[in-house]
Amino acid sequence: MHESHKFKIPIGPQHPALKEPESFSVALKGEKILGVEIRLGYNHRGIEKACEERTYIQDIYLAERICGICSHSHSSCFIQCVEELAGLEVPKRGLFIRTLIGELERVHSHFLWLGVAGHEVGFDTLLMYTWRDRELVMDLLAGLTGNRVNYGMNTIGGVRRDVTKEQLRKIKETVDVLEERTMYYIKIATSEPTLINRLSGVGVLSREDTLSLDAVGPTARASGVSRDVRRDDPYAAYAELNFYVITDDHCDVYGRTIVRVKELLESFKIIREIVAKIPEGPIAVKAPRRIPAGEALSRYEAPRGEDMHYVKSNGSDKPERVKVRAPTLANVQAVKHMLKDRYLADLPIVIAAIDPCFSCTDRMVRLDRMDKGQSDVINWKQLHDYSLGWHREHGVDFSSLNERLKKAL
Amino acid sequence: MKAEESIKLDLMKKFAIAEDKIRVTRARRLFVELAHADFEKVFVYAKDTLKFGHLVSITGFDEADKLAFMYHMAHDNGVVLNLRFSVSKESPVIHSMTKYFPGADIYERELVDLFGAKVEGLAEGNRYPLTDEWPRNEHPLLKDWKPADKKERAA
Repeated sequence: MHESHKFKIPIGPQHPALKEPESFSVALKGEKILGVEIRLGYNHRGIEKACEERTYIQDIYLAERICGICSHSHSSCFIQCVEELAGLEVPKRGLFIRTLIGELERVHSHFLWLGVAGHEVGFDTLLMYTWRDRELVMDLLAGLTGNRVNYGMNTIGGVRRDVTKEQLRKIKETVDVLEERTMYYIKIATSEPTLINRLSGVGVLSREDTLSLDAVGPTARASGVSRDVRRDDPYAAYAELNFYVITDDHCDVYGRTIVRVKELLESFKIIREIVAKIPEGPIAVKAPRRIPAGEALSRYEAPRGEDMHYVKSNGSDKPERVKVRAPTLANVQAVKHMLKDRYLADLPIVIAAIDPCFSCTDRMVRLDRMDKGQSDVINWKQLHDYSLGWHREHGVDFSSLNERLKKAL
Repeated sequence: MKAEESIKLDLMKKFAIAEDKIRVTRARRLFVELAHADFEKVFVYAKDTLKFGHLVSITGFDEADKLAFMYHMAHDNGVVLNLRFSVSKESPVIHSMTKYFPGADIYERELVDLFGAKVEGLAEGNRYPLTDEWPRNEHPLLKDWKPADKKERAA
């Protein structure tokens, strides 16, 4: 091929194929990728610096806003450092509730990913199905915490809200439905030839490269690296819960899909065990405003992999230093290796397969009536009904399909 | 003996590190204070012999006239070894660890942008995390650095 057929194209920071701002400069020869340069930092908001200027309590809410999807992961990871420094023993019920929210977060995140992955390979039916199912988890989280994301459940010394027996019963019922549906997705993922062929051999990352590049989470586990902080460095209630760490040896996007769908089943198992074993008692202990001087490092298995927070305290009510390393930063470096010598058309699914994270939003709508000077707030139920009604009026009605699906499952 | 205690004794014996320079803060957590000159050999020993095969991240610190760096290394058994050393702010030169962990690249770029570290052996490449237009001599995680609006208010 003539030299002039080699060229570089910029993809991002704003690009239809990307879900969040990052920039890839892709060197191509024809359709083949020769190399990729990655430019990150478009979402850098200076949260570590901001944490140093705020109190520990304020920092919980900052940490929660590092990521829209793994919000509970970040606040838990941060708070574990502070609780260690303050010498607090969180009551068991508080730890079980923290773990419960963490696993529900993993379930909604993995469903979200499965939908995005389907979309990136042109399998939008999968997107529609999985995001429909994800709503069941979002409804549970909204009921338990008051919000779909950024739950505000954590506080230094425990959690802020208890769960009722009725809520636990509802969680169990929902998990039963989600498990049936997940079994269906596992059946699709392991038997649907179009999906298997589209994902197999794409975005290959060998076990050796995974280890040297320090990839984490499902990305690492799909390359045969059995690392999971929940088992290796247990926190919250995980030491008392039974689950398997799912690994796979495909080392490609297909493997990453298998790992995530099977991890859903493990999460359901954990959630059921929490519902059965959750002890009675207080949910939090009182925490001091000033935290004794010291340093602590905490790790947390977020849906995307190992999250790390380090906190250094100086005896005041504000930390001396807060360091955060989110899982996507560890994984994005592996993307270069995954893309080399692959085709440009594989780029969106390869990037999506590490599950880089982006925020989802609150669904409450506030209408300010300018003429009457009053506000109307549409609640979730009204918005949901309005949405279904609007689609029915425009000829889109899934009622009969839902009925058929219920029977099929 | 617990894993972290045996690692502590091993490091004390092998590198003649004083006992008060190695702290076990809780199960699976070790914090080690090292001289800059000793850091790399301890780092390599931890990776190759003690099998701390996962570099979790690197944290920088601004400590008055010094910059300090902490390398967080994890073992598959869950123990995290935190190796720390400091250098003078006038000459904040450290060596790149990318020859041992290629994944260290992005963490070292962070030290360059946010603390002004000079990392010898770090390959040419894009900045991280600050923008291309950000002044090269402004490092936001230094304690005396304030955001522009606060500086204006102070003036």
